[in-house]
Amino acid sequence: MSQNITELSTANDPFEVAGRTFGSRLILGTGGATSLNTLETALAVSGTELTTVSIRHFGAAGASASGSVYELLARNNVAPLPNTAGCFTARDAVLTAQLAREALETNWIKLEVIADEHTLLPDPLELFAAAEQLVADGFEVFAYTNDDPALALRLQDAGVAAVMPAGAPIGSGLGILNPHNISTIVSRATVPVILDAGVGTASDAAKAMELGCDAVLLASAVTRAHNAPLMAAAMRDAVRAGRAARLAGRIPVRDMALASSPSEGLMKTLVGEFS
Amino acid sequence: MSTIEINFNSQPTSVPAGTTLLEIIAGHIGKELTEAGQAVDGSKLGLAAAVNGAVVPRSGWAARELGEGHSVELVTAAQGG
Repeated sequence: MSQNITELSTANDPFEVAGRTFGSRLILGTGGATSLNTLETALAVSGTELTTVSIRHFGAAGASASGSVYELLARNNVAPLPNTAGCFTARDAVLTAQLAREALETNWIKLEVIADEHTLLPDPLELFAAAEQLVADGFEVFAYTNDDPALALRLQDAGVAAVMPAGAPIGSGLGILNPHNISTIVSRATVPVILDAGVGTASDAAKAMELGCDAVLLASAVTRAHNAPLMAAAMRDAVRAGRAARLAGRIPVRDMALASSPSEGLMKTLVGEFS
Repeated sequence: MSTIEINFNSQPTSVPAGTTLLEIIAGHIGKELTEAGQAVDGSKLGLAAAVNGAVVPRSGWAARELGEGHSVELVTAAQGG
């Protein structure tokens, strides 16, 4: 491998999770898009290789036979990561995961067990119970969790494939409300950390990667943007930039200035010699 | 012919007694299915079914007869974050 790496690629910087390797560290969810056409363009522009879908009654809005999300993903060779969105209990989440496994022929599940519909924040107790059951049932669990380092480690110990702390409530666009907690999770977890939820704009995604997250999962920030494909491009570039910055090693933060121009050779008239 | 009342995707539905899970799914999606629960044309269905809160694998659809008051859920992928 070249010692002079100025571009990141799958070859020198693969994203590995649950035994698979991806070139893109952006996981673009499909939720919130106004049309399947817009979604398809945004997915293609984003370069994502993994995307979230929900599991819903056949025939419900967005879950029909023709022009379906299922066909769209197959056509674009994007792997589905089904979620358990809408579940409030471990029992419902486990059933949803089992249905997803049967429908999409994948044992990957984004486990989402929410406490209430206003905050959409994870219910830690139900989440943990569901994670244990799904791991025992052979699932690769991607656990959507609070930005709580203790809970993240408990989930890791339970055997999840990745922990996905929320930057802020789902769909809020508030960004990363507690960067320190995200850093702590990154420094202590051995499984991949995927920043999930709360991203509002490109700088939020870059920030997540600078904090050391392995990947970023976002949906609304792109699908509900005025120009979804353009925001998909912004997110693609932000994730790459943030990742590169993380690997490059940023300068330490200082309280006072540190001149970047040399002090040697400075003209004498400028240093007060004749004044 | 006697009928039974079931719940299909949360909708009360009358079906002939003896209807199998495979028959009701095939009728609902408008595709012919093999006994193994696959599309006759070989395309992937992207579907899963549960009866009374338990998943029934596609290979078991043909053998699963529905009974009075059964709750059937047929699901697929939809948009989601």
